[in-house]
Amino acid sequence: MPWRLLRFATTKKHPEPRMFTEHAELKPSYDVVIIGGGGHGLAAAYYLGRDHGITNVAVLEKGYIGGGNTGRNTTIIRSNYLTPEGVKFYDESVNLWQDLSQEFDLNLFYANRGHFTLAHTDSALRTMRWRAEVNKHYGVDSEVVGPDFVKRAAPMINLSCGHAPILGALYHAPGSIARHDAVAWGYGRGADMRGAEIHQQTEVLGIDVRGGKVCGVQTSRGYIATDKVLCAVAGFTPRILDMVDIKTPITIHPLQAMVSEPLKPWLDPILVSGSLHIYVSQSARGELVMGASLDPYELHSTRSTLDFVEGLSAHMLDMFPFLSHVKVMRQWAGMADMTPDFAPIMGKTPIEGFYLDAGWGTWGFKATPVCGKTMAHTIATDTPHPLINGFSLDRFRNYSLTGEKGAASVGH
Amino acid sequence: MRLPPVPGEWLDRSVDVSFSFEGKTYRGHAGDTISSALLAADAGILGRSFKYHRPRSVLSMANHDVNAVCQWGDRPNVRADVTRLQAGMDLAAVNTFGGLKSDKASVLGSLSRFLPVGFYYKSFHTKRLFPMWERLFRTLTGLGKVSFNTPHIRTAKRYGFCDVLVIGAGPSGLAAALAAAEQGAEVVVVDENARAGGSGGYVRGGFGPQAEQLADDPLTRVLAHPGVRLMTETYAAGYYADHWVALVGGDVLTKMRTKSVVVASGAYEQPAVFRNNDLPGIMLASAAQRLIYRYAVRPMQQAVVLTANQDGYRAALDLAAHGVEIVAVLDLRLSSTASEPELAVKARGIPVLPGHHIVEALPGANGKSVVGAIVAGRGKMRTLACDGILMSIGWAPAANLLYQAGTRMRYEQSLEQFVPDTLPPGVFACGRVNGVHTLSARRLDGQRAGSAAAAHAGFGDARVITVPAEMECPTHPWPIVAHPKGKNFVDFDEDLQLKDFENAVQEGFDNIELLKRFSTVGMGPSQGKHSNMNALRILARLTGREPQQVGTTTARPFFHPVPMSLLGGRGFSPERRTPLHARHEALGAQWMMASVWQRPEHYRLTDKDRQQCIREEAMAVRQNVGLIDVGTLGKLEVIGPQAAELLERVYISKYANLKVGMTRYAVMCDESGVVIDDGVVGRLAEDHFYFTTTTSGAATIYRELSRLNTMWRLDCGIVNHTGAFAAVNLAGPKSRALLSRLTSLDLSATAFPYLALREGVVAGIPARLMRVGFVGEWGYEIHVPANQGATLWDALMAAGKAFALRPFGVEAQRLLRLEKGHIIIGQDTDGLTNPFDVGLEWALKMDKPFFVGQRSLHVIGRQPRKQKLVGFVLDAQFNGSAPQECHLVIDCGEIAGRVTSIAWSPTLGCHIGLAFVRPELAETGTAIAIRLTDRSTVSATVARTPFYDPDNLKQKEPA
Repeated sequence: MPWRLLRFATTKKHPEPRMFTEHAELKPSYDVVIIGGGGHGLAAAYYLGRDHGITNVAVLEKGYIGGGNTGRNTTIIRSNYLTPEGVKFYDESVNLWQDLSQEFDLNLFYANRGHFTLAHTDSALRTMRWRAEVNKHYGVDSEVVGPDFVKRAAPMINLSCGHAPILGALYHAPGSIARHDAVAWGYGRGADMRGAEIHQQTEVLGIDVRGGKVCGVQTSRGYIATDKVLCAVAGFTPRILDMVDIKTPITIHPLQAMVSEPLKPWLDPILVSGSLHIYVSQSARGELVMGASLDPYELHSTRSTLDFVEGLSAHMLDMFPFLSHVKVMRQWAGMADMTPDFAPIMGKTPIEGFYLDAGWGTWGFKATPVCGKTMAHTIATDTPHPLINGFSLDRFRNYSLTGEKGAASVGH
Repeated sequence: MRLPPVPGEWLDRSVDVSFSFEGKTYRGHAGDTISSALLAADAGILGRSFKYHRPRSVLSMANHDVNAVCQWGDRPNVRADVTRLQAGMDLAAVNTFGGLKSDKASVLGSLSRFLPVGFYYKSFHTKRLFPMWERLFRTLTGLGKVSFNTPHIRTAKRYGFCDVLVIGAGPSGLAAALAAAEQGAEVVVVDENARAGGSGGYVRGGFGPQAEQLADDPLTRVLAHPGVRLMTETYAAGYYADHWVALVGGDVLTKMRTKSVVVASGAYEQPAVFRNNDLPGIMLASAAQRLIYRYAVRPMQQAVVLTANQDGYRAALDLAAHGVEIVAVLDLRLSSTASEPELAVKARGIPVLPGHHIVEALPGANGKSVVGAIVAGRGKMRTLACDGILMSIGWAPAANLLYQAGTRMRYEQSLEQFVPDTLPPGVFACGRVNGVHTLSARRLDGQRAGSAAAAHAGFGDARVITVPAEMECPTHPWPIVAHPKGKNFVDFDEDLQLKDFENAVQEGFDNIELLKRFSTVGMGPSQGKHSNMNALRILARLTGREPQQVGTTTARPFFHPVPMSLLGGRGFSPERRTPLHARHEALGAQWMMASVWQRPEHYRLTDKDRQQCIREEAMAVRQNVGLIDVGTLGKLEVIGPQAAELLERVYISKYANLKVGMTRYAVMCDESGVVIDDGVVGRLAEDHFYFTTTTSGAATIYRELSRLNTMWRLDCGIVNHTGAFAAVNLAGPKSRALLSRLTSLDLSATAFPYLALREGVVAGIPARLMRVGFVGEWGYEIHVPANQGATLWDALMAAGKAFALRPFGVEAQRLLRLEKGHIIIGQDTDGLTNPFDVGLEWALKMDKPFFVGQRSLHVIGRQPRKQKLVGFVLDAQFNGSAPQECHLVIDCGEIAGRVTSIAWSPTLGCHIGLAFVRPELAETGTAIAIRLTDRSTVSATVARTPFYDPDNLKQKEPA
């Protein structure tokens, strides 16, 4: 047993301090105000303090920290994207993930499981070869493998998958999962320790822009002055951007997921199938965490549908017929901020001092560390970090899109 | 121990049921659940807890005894408290190490001081060692096991419709059902139990059914009413938008659409929190009552009853009437309410101790039983010997479905319970879930809700019924006792103790949602049914707030977990077959999926391999004539005065000037100028077009065109004929000669030129014919009604014998079109490809007033090109391993493009392909390097396309 657990038994009082300081009041002004206390916002606050010495920072969260898509995703981490911009960006994120638990001194259960994107059609196999070749070019461990390889990693799989036999897969050895809530807590605690203030139950009502510059933020707990604001609110992005009259091509679609009752672990790798609209892994609690593709309609809501659990269960049984008796325990939904090219929107905006970290659709969790790091850099220097040049808002006006659809649509 | 027959018991004592548990054989009766049969047989403990592996037994008998969960053969996580006993069941407790009786993992209980809430976040995370710890955790985690031999169980699903759906057939639900039915509504009542009646059946106060119930039994009247359908052993698993309720029962999922819903789901009795409150023998009072009246099981000999309401006294009477010695009734309340049951308890000489609580339950050997309770009150502590403790300190509403429906709940101080505050339209609540606990009042509340629900559904008017207020508070606000040694459990799924909550709040997890996520309270299989309310009370007290301010976590489906086989149903994944499917099968087709369609990839020949077959098929088309089924193409018609206008707006070329009887290639872009589909548009009349889409695009293009047509309000209509027509492409130098034998149409080049569209009769079948050149030969696409497709095919095949006709598959077609330099949308294009990239400028008519994508293409057209699709060839002598599609083009160490198509051309005798390259590499004759998977590179030369018949001579009449 690790020695650190001893202190729990040897001290009379629980030896752990508060992770997040309580602040009764907002200060009248901050150097940087971050809207959104999810993983991205908290990570930005963390790296502002750690890398740039900017600690007079407020993170404003309407609900509770990590309560949005940070706590609703299926926790898959990978970097096998399709575009050079995407591959380099997510690869840096995976690098940061490796050390995060030790850096935070908080166990994120970052578990390296290996990630398979299954191909059931020859066109899917073509796209996977494309991804594998681009990945390898940038040093990312990724390869196209045959059905035998899949069968060895997951011997229980039904290779015929109902009507959609598995022809091969894109195998990405670094693919991992992590305990999502803890990521928000780790960044939150780290930011807090460096002086940033986290204000939960604090809603942003308006953004004060004068002469094309940010001057302050109106909140449900009063006005605060600031000349730098980061918007990192995922599914709520259009509502915040309406306040400053910035147009983006973002649309909001529900993304649903479900979880089974706990089972003794039997599934090690992470499996994704575009044709069957499945992604699945087994969590540290023994639950199967399962997701599918986006709901096809726009909706600003986190309601669940029966359709979703029916369809996903049917496809799960195509792949794993033996799950017939396994029960689905809970389903939920998040609001995904989708962009036309399936790449994010990051960086500066037409308003001076207003920075955007949005368009995270279904691929935001894995990017949490690199987003925090690059957005902190962008805010601190008022210059976009080189890794996010492909993701600027301008690209929609300039028709220089970063097409990630082939790698992001179901794979998340 | 089994009691003598109890009136109303659910057992059929004439049927013995033999089963085994943990390797030992037992006998129960038909009607038993696993738990009741094991308790009747005094079989000992039923399970182990998840974290500390403490011995556990019955808690609720109400579908949240998550520590009494069995492995039944290949079925994991079978809930013993509610699963009907079946003959031959072979059961074992889940997640034990070395068996239930001596579970080795119970050592974890003694280590609990080292393992406080969230301990796993605080350690085990050095990068080097985490994988080892993770393996250990994965050994310990999880409950039941899946068996890989379990078959794929396919079940039918049912759709149901009713006017009023009543969820819960207890006293209030039955009253609601009757009231609604009496107003003329068609009513369905569901209840998860084997029989209706709810607590009316087992809360009796000692003397058989309560007198008032006998006098006017609503169950009898409900069953007799023709407007009511009762579904027992069926639970409402989830509420979805527009009164769409998932009902699970009888191994079938019923999707019920109702006009209004009455939620009469009752309440969960809540446990008290004191040290060792999890010992076997300690249970909710309602669990003991269920055991007695449903299953004739006496759960203990000597009981201490801990209560804070009348229900506990009723339970004491129920137990006493069946031979249980009631050691004492401890009432958390300081003074007596002199209720009828309390007076009856006192009249029986049972000691009643107001203002008393349990400090600690005393464990028997190995913690497998309870042998006493240390109780405190009025300044004194004493020990009472007992072998069972009943907890009856209050209720939490079973409001899951109400929350899912969007009900706003408020904390009602006088009841110490959340009750509905604002109900959504068409959703009604009654009985305990609505804060009404007295039996007579529950019936009135049911009538009120049932009448209102019927009125909402359009049947009669809502009756005004006044429901009397509760005379006493049924729930205690603080049934929680701290203990320095802990083991006072709040959540039995997750083994969470009181101090875990204190510690979590100390660490800053002082929001109910954060507390849940950090401590995992309510995240186990019971989803907080017995733990959320106490957790909320603890958090409220620790943070100095009221329960209303703390609020609840979000309740999501499901109410109880639902097997995937029921959700998946029959697993209906439709696959489409063309009308010629059987013909292909007979010819030895090798099938492939093309979106939802099955298509012949090639036709197998016994003595030839795949490559040979494909090449021969292709050569047959080049030299003689071939026939391919193209019935999977999207086939649409647009008719009306503005039909041409619609096509002008959605395709990049012009169609207003297309002559009747002619066709034109058609490319569609999205708003950002990306190529998304192609096909051929033919004009049948001024106001009538027939056109095709790609196979995979058919459904989405039809949907999108319909959307645009609706939005633009053009005077034309779109019809999707994709499944209504069979279509073949007859191609090759001998196609005309062959076709002329089957039709009287004039096939001369002047009468039926290239790209013309004709209607005529082929083999006696009315047909539409188009002269197309996708594969690069003289050819006809022939479309006929689907039911005549096979006749056409047979006629062509028969007539073709004289011309060495061969059917060809998708692979040969891909090869032939590649030789001709035609692109396939989706293979030679991707999510960002515009018409400029792939050499479609000739089709692009920027001078049109508008088409989808035009604005973007104006901008893109002014920008320098980033890539260009070019043809390339490998050296004819090349005999290494050839590049594959999506291998990268590398220039100066950087990615400069990728191969989109490649094949060995039997006509040209070398590898040919298409590739995206940077514009500076696009010049014909440029050498490009293609990198293979093994990192070796192959040199190729950019070549002009078409590779085959560049001057299109094959479409012209030979001179």
